Amino acid sequence: MNDMTKTAATEPQARAREEAALLPPVDVVEDASGITLYADLPGVTREGLNLRVEADTLTIEGEMALQVPEGMQASHAEVQVPRYRRVFTLSKELDPEKVSAELKHGVLKLRIPKAEHAQPRKVEIRVH
Amino acid sequence: MFYRSLFPRDVFADLDRLQRELQQAFDVSPSIRGLGRGGYPALNVGGTPQSVEVYAFAPGLDPAKIEVNLERGVLTVSGERTDTLGNGDAKAALHINERFAGRFRRVVSLPDDVDPSAVNADYRDGVLHISIRRRASAMPRRIEIQ
Repeated sequence: MNDMTKTAATEPQARAREEAALLPPVDVVEDASGITLYADLPGVTREGLNLRVEADTLTIEGEMALQVPEGMQASHAEVQVPRYRRVFTLSKELDPEKVSAELKHGVLKLRIPKAEHAQPRKVEIRVH
Repeated sequence: MFYRSLFPRDVFADLDRLQRELQQAFDVSPSIRGLGRGGYPALNVGGTPQSVEVYAFAPGLDPAKIEVNLERGVLTVSGERTDTLGNGDAKAALHINERFAGRFRRVVSLPDDVDPSAVNADYRDGVLHISIRRRASAMPRRIEIQ
């Protein structure tokens, strides 16, 4: 289930930015070999998810696909915008080519490994 | 009360202080249970003439462990979301931690005309959708004129 839609923006970015979007909560954990990001995107299907890496910018966008019965009138709404967007700046040692993504039960898990040259090396200490 | 930040140029501490001062200036006293909004899971409620629809935005749950109860016109959604971060190795650094973890419970009071025996709940893409039919006697009917 590893795939990453890494395409140029299909629509003009300016327009995309104007649209209101929710800021999804995330967890970011870093270990020796890379960074793992979890984002809560309830209601977003695989088709509605749009992940982009441009230069050192990671953009997470998701469109909700809720099945709402015809003629429903909302009486209380805490979620009022049907899309999410969040942008992160990646650092140099991360390898944007090898990002893998997984979406399950509305939680996106992104794994961004560190580039080979940035993997940790144990430095030998010479004692004379 | 005046809070001094630990680091003189900590912009986030300053923002926190600003928020507290604004709260004082406008005399808003937040509820002791916090704001109703922003909790987990977020809830949307709507209705059609035939049903009441409740959407709980509850990502990352095991569907088998979600409790949905309907008792005396009160719908309760409860469960627990386990923290996926705790089982990492000791060297892992947690940079951002915003997602909810722990037990949750949210309650919705339903209108009187719902039928407690006709409840449907499904969990898809992290959204729990509960649909409760209204009683047939309460549905709008067109009366034929003889």
